[in-house]
Amino acid sequence: MSRHLKRDLVILVCVALVVAWANGDLKDLLGIPGWQSYAVRIINMCAINAVLALSLNLVNGFTGQFSLGHAGFMALGAYTTALLTMDMAAKDRVFFMTPLVEPLRNLTLPFLPALVLAGIVAGLFSLLVGVPALRLRGDYLGIATLGFAEIIRLIIQNVRKVTNGALGLKGIPPVVNLWWTLGSAFVCYLMLRNFLASSYGRAFKSIRENETAAQAMGIDLFKHKLLSFFISSFWAGVGGGLLASLLTTIDPVQFKFPLTFQVLLTVVLGGMGSLSGSIIAAGIVTYLMEFLRVVEETHYWGSITIPGIPGLRMVIFSLALVVVVVWYPKGLMGDRELTVAGIKGVLGRVRQRLRIKGGRPA
Amino acid sequence: MQLSMFFQHLANAISLGSLYSLVAIGYTMVYGILRLINFAHGDLLMLAAYIVYYGRGMFHLPWVPSILLAILLTAAIGIIVERSAYRPLRDSPRTTILISAIGVSFLVENLGLVLFGGRPQPFPLPVFFDSGSAQEIGGVRIENVTFAIPVVTLVLLYVLLHIVHRTKTGMAMRAVAKDFDTARLMGIDVNRIVATTFAIGSALAAVGGIMWGMKFPQINPLMGMMPGMKCFIAAVFGGIGNIQGAVIGGFILGVAEIMIVAFLPSISGYRDAFAFVILIGTLLLRPTGLIGEKVAEKV
Amino acid sequence: MILDIRGMKMQFGGLVAVNDFNLSLEHGELVGLIGPNGAGKTTVFNVITGVYAPTEGAITLEGRDITGMRPDLVTRLGIARTFQNIRLFSRMSVMENILVSLHWRLKSGVFDALTQNGKYRAEEASMQSRAMDLLARVNLDGVADSPAGSLPYGSQRRLEICRALATEPKLLLLDEPAAGMNPAESIELMKFIGRIREEFGLTILLIEHQMRVVMGISERIVVLDHGVIISRGTPREVSRDPRVIEAYLGVEKHA
Repeated sequence: MSRHLKRDLVILVCVALVVAWANGDLKDLLGIPGWQSYAVRIINMCAINAVLALSLNLVNGFTGQFSLGHAGFMALGAYTTALLTMDMAAKDRVFFMTPLVEPLRNLTLPFLPALVLAGIVAGLFSLLVGVPALRLRGDYLGIATLGFAEIIRLIIQNVRKVTNGALGLKGIPPVVNLWWTLGSAFVCYLMLRNFLASSYGRAFKSIRENETAAQAMGIDLFKHKLLSFFISSFWAGVGGGLLASLLTTIDPVQFKFPLTFQVLLTVVLGGMGSLSGSIIAAGIVTYLMEFLRVVEETHYWGSITIPGIPGLRMVIFSLALVVVVVWYPKGLMGDRELTVAGIKGVLGRVRQRLRIKGGRPA
Repeated sequence: MQLSMFFQHLANAISLGSLYSLVAIGYTMVYGILRLINFAHGDLLMLAAYIVYYGRGMFHLPWVPSILLAILLTAAIGIIVERSAYRPLRDSPRTTILISAIGVSFLVENLGLVLFGGRPQPFPLPVFFDSGSAQEIGGVRIENVTFAIPVVTLVLLYVLLHIVHRTKTGMAMRAVAKDFDTARLMGIDVNRIVATTFAIGSALAAVGGIMWGMKFPQINPLMGMMPGMKCFIAAVFGGIGNIQGAVIGGFILGVAEIMIVAFLPSISGYRDAFAFVILIGTLLLRPTGLIGEKVAEKV
Repeated sequence: MILDIRGMKMQFGGLVAVNDFNLSLEHGELVGLIGPNGAGKTTVFNVITGVYAPTEGAITLEGRDITGMRPDLVTRLGIARTFQNIRLFSRMSVMENILVSLHWRLKSGVFDALTQNGKYRAEEASMQSRAMDLLARVNLDGVADSPAGSLPYGSQRRLEICRALATEPKLLLLDEPAAGMNPAESIELMKFIGRIREEFGLTILLIEHQMRVVMGISERIVVLDHGVIISRGTPREVSRDPRVIEAYLGVEKHA
């Protein structure tokens, strides 16, 4: 890792600083009650959404395979994490209609192995889905992966003795904190960046650019598409696991297509094929989701009541997606990455322009 | 199981199949011309149902004007969607247009939530289709609406096939579907034909939505989501781009779905998964569908 | 004999694109495959490289049956190609385009690449230097970091040939490499092809639409029209063949 070691360390230090800051050092300084937990919540969601967007971007943006099945793999990860971290008493409280099958009822693991297993379960299912589906291309692949995700969701909804069916799971241990979420986002970013900079990453991108030519240059299309799909689904599973622990309650309805939509929106906004774009967009989308919550809530100002409009947030976001796709199809970053040199360049240009403006006679 | 029960289910199955067919036609026509999965198509069905709901409930319009209004407005919305969200992307990669279509679909659904509210509303029923009014044939009790749906579908199908095969516009539509660029070179106003296609498809979806409301008289802003998905699957199953294929696919899907729920209650929880299994099976085993043409890929 | 095609027929639905196609290539030969537009030349390439499995017939590479083998495996056995309509990885850099062709020989596994360990980095370094070396030999080392899509047309053609060379082929298939070039550029390109043939010890099968481009460079020429070989022989023989002249008369007017 020597080539990037310095930069990675800088990022790591930044992450640690954010965690330390948000964990409460500034709480007293600002003295706003409730502020700290709110900030922590948003940062947690940002990090999880970054993991989800990065992983979807790997398949959609870098490998050029249009997948719409993210929610299904997230569901697998969420349920795996939940079932492996809840203790027997918590499970018995939830599974009062149909008891949980035996080895699972007794089994309780620490969070880290549970989270890794969540990724592995999602990854293994992605192979089952990918082997048939990745023969398809473009819009057909999208609709088939969407179908598989829905099938996974319906299986979860129906296999009551494992998943508690439509009732969902409650009382999932809230292990997740900023270290976990930001740590996962960091590891995910690092892993994808290393991989994409490698020969494998170039093979992925060549498939995106031109499948026929990539194959003619000796690239095994199927193997690489499946590999990309596996890594992507692994991280979708991890993201789902983090989400389950953060929310402490999950049910099958959460994992319908709108969840995939939100991740897709983030990827498109950030730029298909840009890791830093996905991270930035995850921040923006998460923050706006929270910020715009006010428009959906009813407000009372003395005697005046301003009714909230439920659903307005999603109107804004879906409109934003259409606008971005039609007018700014490259999103924030296109397929470029945010680099120190790039930022310096932009700053330099801004400064130059300011100087020119300032120097002009009025 | 009694024979009469079977016929009861069969009647329902044919009725549902007809509804699927009507909506599937819109998918297949748009796909045939633009190679685009018009994700928002199913949501037009919801819009039409709400227009009738408000036309009857809020403006007290008689039945015929409110239905006509719903069809016209839905067709207009179909044209607007094409104009604003698809036409600017016509030269973009196909997945880009698909993302736009997904965005439009969510926009329409959530606008529905904002404007109409999330609570399901009772759909108004004309006296003839009231839940009490039914016919008894040989011990099988079939509601009037269950009868009416296949009849309306067949009439509309006849009219549509007439338009596509016997009129100049229809000929232009087939030409554009066959080869977009050549059709343009031959002096066909491609934009007008695409708009016409969206208008016809949307109008059919509107009829489908209104009849959907009469058959299942509870409407909500997300009601078009699942039927939309299934009708697209029906279109793929039948052979995308082919009107007869969409009709056959719709019928088979509707019938199979009802029969599975009726005769295999143990797997009825997977009712909605069934369509996706058909989709994946079709795409893998026979991507051209039941009666589609093979298209060789150019390398 | 390096390549042998026997009784090959390629049919799409009712359309017979190529029929009863026989061709043998000797080591080190440069053979031109010419014919009017739509004669089925590219189809022959697509069948050799495994894009299509032929309806009938067999293809052997150095005695090994490769009929209907997957394109990436055919490439690994030593056949590389270029495309009539340039198919570069246009958003990737010139260097990366070459590196993609080296990927199939990579020994490092997924885990090595994920962790960027010493084994991977050593291999990456040797790939980079090999790619740079290849680029230098086709005079593209100066633009190694530019996006491939930003190169001028002629350089894109050369890059595509270089990318094919990077797979280390024994047999190189070139699909109308001079398409869209003026006569001077075409001659320049043919010299270039002759040079790499010597340097890399290649056998080359070259599709060309215009006969005069391949005249000077090919040892043998095969003429295809409507999917059937209508003439074969030395350039001199072929250019005097009345059937060839007939097949070309109508076409040269458009061209």
